Amino acid sequence: MKQKITVAVSGLNNIDSPGPGIPVIRALKESKDFDVRIIGLSYETLEPGLYMHDLVDKSYQIPFPGAGIDSLLERIYYIHNQEKLDVIIPNFDAELANFMKIEPLLKSDLGISMFLPTQEQFDERHKANLFEFGEKHGVDVPFSKMMFNTSEIPVISKEFSYPMVVKGKFYDAYIAYNAEQVANYFNKISAKWGLPIIIQEYVFGSEVNVTALGDGNGNAISAVPMRKLFITDKGKAWAGISLDDEELVNIANRVISSSKWRGGMELEFIKTAENKYYLLEINPRFPAWVYLAAGCGQNQPEALVKLALGQNVPPYKAYDIGKMFIRYSFDMIVDLKEFEQISTIGEL
Amino acid sequence: MKIKKNVAISESGFIFNPTTGDSFSTNPIGLEIIRMLKDDKSKDEIRKSILSKYNTDESTFEKDYYDFVMMLQTNQVADDSE
Repeated sequence: MKQKITVAVSGLNNIDSPGPGIPVIRALKESKDFDVRIIGLSYETLEPGLYMHDLVDKSYQIPFPGAGIDSLLERIYYIHNQEKLDVIIPNFDAELANFMKIEPLLKSDLGISMFLPTQEQFDERHKANLFEFGEKHGVDVPFSKMMFNTSEIPVISKEFSYPMVVKGKFYDAYIAYNAEQVANYFNKISAKWGLPIIIQEYVFGSEVNVTALGDGNGNAISAVPMRKLFITDKGKAWAGISLDDEELVNIANRVISSSKWRGGMELEFIKTAENKYYLLEINPRFPAWVYLAAGCGQNQPEALVKLALGQNVPPYKAYDIGKMFIRYSFDMIVDLKEFEQISTIGEL
Repeated sequence: MKIKKNVAISESGFIFNPTTGDSFSTNPIGLEIIRMLKDDKSKDEIRKSILSKYNTDESTFEKDYYDFVMMLQTNQVADDSE
């Protein structure tokens, strides 16, 4: 007999640079232990997940992160009043800080569970602090520095050799081959995501990623490595394959154990021709390809819900190697009435 | 020259390296050579086998064998330990 639960999930933007919401929902719908009612949390009226009624039972718009925690709390109270939420899984980097702040209150006041990293974990894995994170936890990280103004480019050019990577604090990364390109990317990224901009040493190799789940006590509940086989012009994986890479899994386990990571995460690495791994980024939530982990036998979103509900979750021991995911795009036909409903009353 | 233990080789000549995620296709002779390498056959044994079965000469074998094993090494399907 499956346990009936209601889970609210954000990140319904299943577009060419997809949010993790729909893959998380698909994994939850395949749970052997839960009968899940899904509540979608959206920011935009054209997030495709809003209209995927076979996956999302009901959707609500929520205020943008910039509106602050009071308006988010007010909205969650309203949604909870309608839906009686058991668990919330936020899937956007930019919204996590707000959800982390209200996590204790939602638990004590409404009994809603989340399983998020602590503020300290969230901060120390930040792109701007990643080099220090690597030193602390014994992982190789390309040298990086924060940049606040284009006037710093001459100094940066002396400290780094070209090409170098110019990154935004939340999203976006470009490879710059000269000072002019650094300035261009600085302006482009800062206009969208703000400051600081991170300059990172460029490491040549193939990109390998790990989707993982830590229980907050230093145990890695799951870690599945993947190599991107097809990359879009936005650098996103359109196809990938699970790897048999013990070293990579060991590094992920070490990071989780040493940082006592709590929640889902994605570790992005470059593997050099000398088989050396450099950690490029830690995303503090599941990646959009997390459904591959479920396809390989490790249902990470289901395990996260169990952890959030205080259930005992033994670490997964094995996963299928050589399993592939291939994305596709799909045109839904949507009645204008539905668009009108989410646009006007913020519910669908 | 040794084929890495975890490399999967199918009947059709499809090769999958689960450590790197790379996959390749080889023709029947390539598959035959890979199987012999996997069975720890020496280069001499492989040469004898190929020369006895196919209409080719020693210098062509040497050149093609060298190219092939270099490709296997470059793509991390094999390592050079004897």
